[in-house]
Amino acid sequence: MKLLKLIPDNTNIHFLKWTWPFFITNLLAMAASIVLLFTHGLNLGVDFIGGQMIRVTFERSAAAPVSELRESVGALGFGEPTIQTFGKPNEVTVRMRLPDGSEGHPELAEAMAQKIIGTIRQNHADARIDGVDSVSGKVSGELFRTGMLALGLAMLGITIYIWVRFEWQFAVGALFALVQDILLTIGMFALTQMEFDLNIVAALLTLLGYSLNDKIVVYDRIRENLKKFRKMPLPELLDLSVNETLSRTIVTSTSVLITLFALLLLGPEVIFGFTAAIALGIFIGTYSSIFMSAPFLIWLRVNSDSFVSTETSLDRQERLARERGA
Amino acid sequence: MLDFPKWKKAWYWFIAGVAMLASLPSIFAISGLNWPASLPSPRVHLGLDLAGGSHILLEADKRQVAQQRLETMEEQVRTKLKAAEPAIEVGDISSQGGRLSFMVKNPGQVDSAREAIQPLTTGAGLTGQRDWDIEVVDGSRFVLTPTQQGIDQAVTNAMDTAVEVVRKRIDALGTREPTILRSGDQRIVVQVPGLQDPNQLKQLLGQTAKLEFKLVDVTAQPDDIAKGIAPAGSEILPYADPKEGRGSPGLAVRRLGGIKGDQLTDARQAFDPKSNAPVVSITFNTAGGAKFAQLTTENVNKPFAIVLDDKILSAPNINEPILGGSAQISGSFSVQEATQLAIALRSGALPVDLKVVEERTVGPDLGADSIHKGAIAMAVGTGLLMVFMVLTYGRFGVYTCVALIINVLMILGVMAVFGTTLTLPGIAGFVLTIGAAVDANVLINERIREERARGRRVVASVEHGYKEASRAIFDANITNSIAAVMMFAFGSGPVRGFAVVLMIGIVTSVFTAVTLTRMWVAGWLHRARPNDLVL
Repeated sequence: MKLLKLIPDNTNIHFLKWTWPFFITNLLAMAASIVLLFTHGLNLGVDFIGGQMIRVTFERSAAAPVSELRESVGALGFGEPTIQTFGKPNEVTVRMRLPDGSEGHPELAEAMAQKIIGTIRQNHADARIDGVDSVSGKVSGELFRTGMLALGLAMLGITIYIWVRFEWQFAVGALFALVQDILLTIGMFALTQMEFDLNIVAALLTLLGYSLNDKIVVYDRIRENLKKFRKMPLPELLDLSVNETLSRTIVTSTSVLITLFALLLLGPEVIFGFTAAIALGIFIGTYSSIFMSAPFLIWLRVNSDSFVSTETSLDRQERLARERGA
Repeated sequence: MLDFPKWKKAWYWFIAGVAMLASLPSIFAISGLNWPASLPSPRVHLGLDLAGGSHILLEADKRQVAQQRLETMEEQVRTKLKAAEPAIEVGDISSQGGRLSFMVKNPGQVDSAREAIQPLTTGAGLTGQRDWDIEVVDGSRFVLTPTQQGIDQAVTNAMDTAVEVVRKRIDALGTREPTILRSGDQRIVVQVPGLQDPNQLKQLLGQTAKLEFKLVDVTAQPDDIAKGIAPAGSEILPYADPKEGRGSPGLAVRRLGGIKGDQLTDARQAFDPKSNAPVVSITFNTAGGAKFAQLTTENVNKPFAIVLDDKILSAPNINEPILGGSAQISGSFSVQEATQLAIALRSGALPVDLKVVEERTVGPDLGADSIHKGAIAMAVGTGLLMVFMVLTYGRFGVYTCVALIINVLMILGVMAVFGTTLTLPGIAGFVLTIGAAVDANVLINERIREERARGRRVVASVEHGYKEASRAIFDANITNSIAAVMMFAFGSGPVRGFAVVLMIGIVTSVFTAVTLTRMWVAGWLHRARPNDLVL
């Protein structure tokens, strides 16, 4: 039986040749993401800015009557609603700011929800109310802070772990890759204006873990080769390591993407944004593993001495002290 | 590394078998089959986002607890000093700025006043610090300042009571399997699966249900009441229902001398025998009944106000002493309102007002739809992935697939045994775990391929493949765990569900993808003794 090979054996691609074009492209993409964040901003969900979100499915319509809804709900005098379809065209979320003074009097928010739901039901017999989320400004602020804190701590934790397991140069490379993955994914959310809520933060955290997976495999191979081929010039060694792990990188990413695409196309619409974020992030992560793992190690001058000796860090400090003295 | 003694094999199969068996009840439930009731049935719980229901986050106001404590202290101090022998006269009592201060009129009594007040403060917390600091300034002015420990302790006590009261009230509604939890130091999470209209629940929880009977100050002029000016020693309270006031916005009631309605043994909705209007009939316990009898005996032919949460329900006249220990509360109720009030009174007053700060309700159809679609996506994704694996790795791909199926069942089984909750993002976590679990096998298989290409013999390359790949698998799983732990620590309900699936998946996938496949490959090498590998 002939087996499928996505990547032929013994590839010898000079990835490092493309370092600069890719690095500059990356920096430009990251800059673009930041610009998008400022110009378009994120379409933050009620989780993060507070407010009320009503999910409605129009069971017997092909598409939700969005403009009609906007008009009828807007006419109730609670302000302009943000109406967005998610997943299928007949499923929408209607988002509203909470009425003034509802911090002290939650019944105002309740009354608003009842009125909006009443209006929608009255005008559309096939409307099925799938849920109401109401989050006060105080809670949403906390959710935003803890979400960002979790992201920050996870990045820090992972970077420290890599520093301990490998070397600081690897940790810097990994941190850059993480920042890039997160930034580009967030940039994509700013561009498409998909709703950014708590679930997306979970998606970003997942992404951190999986994107690091890829890098660790490449780093592990670099470490191994550094020990094995002590005389090989660093650029050549790095290219070799990326080539050797290329097949695995591609096969694994393909595996994860196969399941994610099944989920995107067939899975529940409610988590479309969540799945899309992970799929996108894994794509970006794969590309950055292949092209961006190695350059940092060259710039930061990794060498085989970091790994070959069996001396403990204490021994090494003593030795370095001795050498400095001599 | 490729030697597996019989006991080891048996042990691995036993672990996998038990975990897979534990998944059966959940699988039966999802596919709509009946699991025999006589067998143990650990089951994966469905989160609110899948089962439908209401999630409500309630928040208490810490300042209110502190304020109430201050008021109680003022009352206690007054009583104590009045009861002292000889009575200690005080003046200029103020509770401004969160502290209680008063003058002792006779400076010679400062020491005895201190002695009388001292027992009112107690040690709080483990440090043994007192819950109030007592200071004497300018010779005769007492200042009582609550300590932080004291306030914290009071908030904790209030929240503990509040959780109990909330539980009683929800139970009284007859809803099934509510989850009621303290969250942080001043919040309570309430989750009620299957509840579609949380309105009634919210109204019930939003009611503090502090019932008081206060004497009406008949000296107050209607004009003053309209302007909000109360005679000394009285306060103006508004009517709960403007109809009761017949045009007047409120009523002046005496601050002191009333009784609290918290000493009840029962409260039920009933109908007034004369007007047939819905009322709540209450029964006092012995102590409460005695106080109520005394109040009504001393104030025959005077009106008294029935006050609920600082609003007047009604202000009937006391026609005769009420001695039987039961009474009727009237106040323009609908039957539903009266029933609700009865429940609230029965379960006791909340020690502090609770406000809804977050509320999420999910309809039942959306959840059922999500489970259905999630299951399809998972089946299709897994199927395609298995085809891909077999095409890429041949026999080794088949091992990967079997490991994958066992992995899925094991995750379900472990979740069921621990009673974890499957949420909507959890389904995504499941699918993702499946995709990522094969990573370990990909790493191993690629490595074996490489070792073989370098000219190692079959057995040696398999051995090396597993050994060299384990390092990267280990590191990768640690970084994933770091992310999952962060998610669990900082996430809320659904996100936590996702993190749990990821964590369980990390553990089971190492077992199935590394340990089990190694066992199978070893068995095959042993039996077939192949000269070459198709890989």
